[in-house]
Amino acid sequence: MKKPTKPSFSWRRITESRLFFPLLAFFLILLFDFIFIPGFFNIENQDGNLRGSLIDIFRNGSTVMLLALGMTLVIATGGVDLSVGAVMAIAASTAGILMNPSALRNEVFFVTDPLFTFQPLWLVIIAALVIAMLCGMWNGFLVAYMRIQPMVATLILMIAGRGIAQLITNGLRVQITYKPYWFIGQGWMIVPFSLYIVAVVFGLSWLMTRKTSIGMFIESVGINFRSSFFSGINEKRIKLLVYIFCALCAGIAGLVASSNIKTSDSNNIGLYTELDAILAVVIGGTAMSGGRFSLLASMIGALVMQAITQTMYAVGVPAFALQAIKSLVVIVVILLYSRQVRGFIQWIGNPKKSAYK
Amino acid sequence: MTEAAQVILKMEGISKAFPGVQALDAVDLTLKRGEILCLVGENGAGKSTLMKVLTGVDSLDQGKILLEGKEIHPRSPQHAQTLGISTVYQEINLCMNLSVAENILLGREPHKAGRIDWKTMNKQAEETLKRLLGVEIDVSKSLDSYTVAIQQMVAIARALYMTSTKILILDEPTSSLDVNETNQLFTVMRKLKGEGVGIIFITHFIGQIFEISDRTTVLRNGKLVGTYDTASLTRVDLISKMIGRSLAELDEMTKIKSETRKHIDKGTLLQAEKLGLTDSIRPFDLTLHSGEVVGLAGLLGSGRTETAYVLFGVEKPDSGSMFFQGKQVKDFSPLDSIKRGVALCPEDRKGAGIIDDLTVRENIVLAMQASRGWFNYLSLSEQYEMAEKYIKLLNIATPSADQLVKNLSGGNQQKVILARWLATGPQLLILDEPTRGIDVGTKAEIQKLVLVLADEGKSCLFISSELDEVLRTSHRVVVLREREKVAEYSGEVDEKTIIHAFAGSES
Repeated sequence: MKKPTKPSFSWRRITESRLFFPLLAFFLILLFDFIFIPGFFNIENQDGNLRGSLIDIFRNGSTVMLLALGMTLVIATGGVDLSVGAVMAIAASTAGILMNPSALRNEVFFVTDPLFTFQPLWLVIIAALVIAMLCGMWNGFLVAYMRIQPMVATLILMIAGRGIAQLITNGLRVQITYKPYWFIGQGWMIVPFSLYIVAVVFGLSWLMTRKTSIGMFIESVGINFRSSFFSGINEKRIKLLVYIFCALCAGIAGLVASSNIKTSDSNNIGLYTELDAILAVVIGGTAMSGGRFSLLASMIGALVMQAITQTMYAVGVPAFALQAIKSLVVIVVILLYSRQVRGFIQWIGNPKKSAYK
Repeated sequence: MTEAAQVILKMEGISKAFPGVQALDAVDLTLKRGEILCLVGENGAGKSTLMKVLTGVDSLDQGKILLEGKEIHPRSPQHAQTLGISTVYQEINLCMNLSVAENILLGREPHKAGRIDWKTMNKQAEETLKRLLGVEIDVSKSLDSYTVAIQQMVAIARALYMTSTKILILDEPTSSLDVNETNQLFTVMRKLKGEGVGIIFITHFIGQIFEISDRTTVLRNGKLVGTYDTASLTRVDLISKMIGRSLAELDEMTKIKSETRKHIDKGTLLQAEKLGLTDSIRPFDLTLHSGEVVGLAGLLGSGRTETAYVLFGVEKPDSGSMFFQGKQVKDFSPLDSIKRGVALCPEDRKGAGIIDDLTVRENIVLAMQASRGWFNYLSLSEQYEMAEKYIKLLNIATPSADQLVKNLSGGNQQKVILARWLATGPQLLILDEPTRGIDVGTKAEIQKLVLVLADEGKSCLFISSELDEVLRTSHRVVVLREREKVAEYSGEVDEKTIIHAFAGSES
């Protein structure tokens, strides 16, 4: 069988790769860290576990990486999901209340036994994820079957979701005292445990999009849904699927986040993360209008977002200025995607052949 | 001297290369005052590039452009327009939601006391349309309330109003017009011609070349074949100059057709009884046999596409019943149709056909994969095998199966869509305008393919606005008028009878 021929190493090929710009951005930030922040790259070995600022980027970035996976597929169909932050809160609240239902009785009840849980861990996780997927089903239903603009449709749950999360916990912040649950976000097996979760979700989504026809259908629907319909693709079912998958990723991210702070804080868990997730996908080079996507590039996009945050903290930028600095960096990265700048970079590599004028 | 004064535009030795392609190779072109010059050639012959060089979209590598004897260097379409060269494209670049008057005077609206003077504006627009084109319409209505033909006239009016146009380029303006609308456009063209405007007219319709043009310039593979007085050419001459080979192939078609006729199965493949959809197509009866090509003829808006949509399940009929291979059809959707063995190659190639950012391979396997479902996934090597097979079979010109479909020419995109449907192994292939906007050579290939498929026992519903094409390929012809089936003829019917059926008059 004829395989697509792989041309030899060339500057043009590298710069045209989807991974080039997210990776370039990531390495530029790391280069900045290397020069200006002493000890940023130090990695300590504590009882066989690796710790350091670099590892922290990955650990703290795991929630955005998870969100970016789901968001990539939604954006590839030409949609967007603004509700992922709220779905994180809903999943966290569900998990919290199932482990420690005292809040429902309106009593602040301190569990002292670190191994006490009201429901077994597997049930807690499954229930939280099922609730999250129901949220996704709602979004998908509105977008695919009711034909509501994705931005408007998911805005509903973005706003209502935090209210639902509060209802679940009866308006209280539920302390999570059950120790095994902490392992999800804080556990360490040489590298942080949350990275294993990210790896598994990434692997599953890669299999789903590249080893079934779903990936091709997602791109096809995102590029031209009418042509897709004429070709016999059930565009509604594809859209429903991606919103459910996106909410599932958000649910997992919600578990990781609540485990990190040992609280089901429905007000703050996942606050504004939808924007980080969308930016991660954009940095990864998937067009907001839909079409071609790369899961790996989105993951690197998420790491870029996290690396920016981490660097700003390290150089002492106050938290309130962080968003402004972040947006500046994002503007630079997005500029790298413009055709003019791309042409210029290719021209640097090969001034004679390139079409740049 | 007078001869020289007549020449308004002279392009000499124009060359233009794109990476890997010599798009134009020393092409000459002259245009006289008050002349309609047809520019013809297959896809990729260099017609568009030549016009792009003239209107400043592309820069030229070599050669000279002389406008009224003076050398010009158009930098952009805007610049070309100030020089007096205006272009009207196939896709109308106007604002559909603005009024006709606004479209014509956009950017140069008359003002009164700092506000737009609507009254004067409407009056000016009305006068422009009447004086220049002889068209009288309500200019205060929005553009999308008019037919494509009128929209095209408005585009022309705008182009003419902007400057004192010396040269008007019409790039395939008639491809979405029906016969009446085309005649309307031709009237306007003749009027402009009388006023001394030089018109360059690009079209794929051979008949129109003979109807309207004074001279014809033929390009092939970026080279000039020649410029001829149209009256001195025959159709056969012209076509063989365009495709550079004899027309034996076209004659061969008639032979194949009569041979395949013998194979027509008496077995009924599809039977529609009083099938219809309110506001779309009136109830009609239709029977298709295996191994048969049925032509569906009618003017634009007669319900050709609507008939195809109902048969393929894009729209669900609300009356009558349909039987496929003897079984009544209950589920109407493209997916169900594909599973039954019906394929539709839609008229709107860009909007409902190709998926431009996917590769040739993905476009080819798409419909078949859709019928197999999400999890029954063809492996990549199987996909490549399938893509390579159809690239070879249909002669698709692409560097590889991994090329994005949007980078292919129109004719090759059409072949990719054909490949997509052939890959589903259909029993019935519905082709809605499969040859629109593609070159003569590819047209012949597609017509031949249809007959070959019929020979293999497949049934084909062939929809085309080109009557000779329908007659050449079909064993039976169904005529539609005003969303209703009005007649059915055997394939030997002559053009005249059908045109009368179009018009609803007795012959």
